Amino acid sequence: MISLQHLYKAFGPKQVLNDMSLDVERGESVVIVGGSGTGKSVTLKHIIGLLRPDKGKVIIDGTDICTLNPVELNAFRRRFGMAFQEGALFDSMSVFENIAFPLRRHTKMTEEQIRARVEECLAQVHLELSAGDKRPSELSGGMRRRVGFARAISLKPEILLFDEPTTGLDPVISDVVAELICEMDRTLNTTTVTITHDMKVAFKIADRVAMLFQGQIIEQGTPEVFQQSSNEIVQQFIEGRAEGPLTEIETVDRRKRLRE
Amino acid sequence: MTAVLELLGYYFLNVFEQTGLWFRMLWRTIRWTFRRPFEPREWLRQMVRLGWDSIPVVFLTSMFTGMVLALQTFNGFQRVHAENFVGSVVALAMLRELSPVLVGLMVTGRVGSSMAAEIGTMRVTEQIDALKALATDPVQYLFVPRVIAGIVMLPFLVVLGDALGIGGGYLVAVKLMNANSVLYEQNTYQFLELNDIWSGLIKAAVFGLILTLTGCVRGYYTRGGAEGVGRATTNAVVSASLIILFTDFFLTKLLF
Repeated sequence: MISLQHLYKAFGPKQVLNDMSLDVERGESVVIVGGSGTGKSVTLKHIIGLLRPDKGKVIIDGTDICTLNPVELNAFRRRFGMAFQEGALFDSMSVFENIAFPLRRHTKMTEEQIRARVEECLAQVHLELSAGDKRPSELSGGMRRRVGFARAISLKPEILLFDEPTTGLDPVISDVVAELICEMDRTLNTTTVTITHDMKVAFKIADRVAMLFQGQIIEQGTPEVFQQSSNEIVQQFIEGRAEGPLTEIETVDRRKRLRE
Repeated sequence: MTAVLELLGYYFLNVFEQTGLWFRMLWRTIRWTFRRPFEPREWLRQMVRLGWDSIPVVFLTSMFTGMVLALQTFNGFQRVHAENFVGSVVALAMLRELSPVLVGLMVTGRVGSSMAAEIGTMRVTEQIDALKALATDPVQYLFVPRVIAGIVMLPFLVVLGDALGIGGGYLVAVKLMNANSVLYEQNTYQFLELNDIWSGLIKAAVFGLILTLTGCVRGYYTRGGAEGVGRATTNAVVSASLIILFTDFFLTKLLF
């Protein structure tokens, strides 16, 4: 369904994606893990066409989205739902208006139908319609994510993208959000790509985990296979150790960049 | 010496780059204006925000400018016994020049800056990316309603400014400086031509476009958190004001 083929992307002198390839099957839930600055968000933004690669192809259902013009890309994006790190809710609108926004723009639904669909989306993320009157600034971090999820699913997308869905949340709320993602993945029957650095969350929601390091996928497999990986970098990341090859390589890289 | 040249070169390149960017975004705005879906509710909201909410600022600025202009010219003209022509000077100056430019600058400070800050904050909090992810072009949703509001509402504000400036001048000349009210009124309208009014209105529409588009473009290309938003806001006001003053000269030359 999603095929990232040999992606290269640099920002100035920094090469963020370096011959990165990844395939996601229809209905699969793939979690991309990796440290900060390894290009996880950049990868996600390539999938939905928010960024264009310097080289390589992003193929969604047989269409290379890098070749689409802005109007075609806009139309294509209706097949996606994306939940952003901090929710990225429109703060000039209420929760209800946020979720109704894509429905009002892209469908010919009546106000009644929109109301029913918003209620349905809120119920999917375990919120009631009464929460719809609140402004995004009045919501807690966890609530904001849920509303972000509700907005992402309002157009019934085929592909759901989650950008660091649990960052900055306490462990209990993180687990609740992870449960919610599992539930959405099951009930909505979508293809899901999530990026996170929280291994507990990753193992909970993934059919397949892929690790991104220095702009490349260095390991991927089912949670069980991934946990047994012989790659020392992967093991260091899973265990969250300060010492190991991951830290050493990054230190060398940092020094090299400073010298340049 | 090399450093100075380097700095100058960098400065000029930057100016050219920004000018190119401005015109590219203008072209994108024009193209998206005629594409569905249209957002009449958003257009109206921006018109109220830019037009109706700016009335107090326009009221004070234009009224006092008209008053001070009458006061100054009255003093000068009295020396050559031409005080009866104060009305004409005030009317001409307000209609052709002062009202469009001052209203343009005041609305830039009030609305252009807030547009840059709002869109800039949307950029740094990923709301612009969210718009795109929701299959909505940010230029269509954010730029088009604001630019239309600027082009439509600024001429209305300028008409208001004209009336208030001329009224303020009348008050000062007649009530404060004891000028002959009938003569003053007569002279105010006697030398006016239709061209004086519409040249001011054309200027207003162009300034409306400049201040809104500059605010939007600066906000859209914000980088670097809260500091970036602050920088974008300042840049929006400074660039839009400079472009307005610069364009004013050429428009005056063209429309005379």
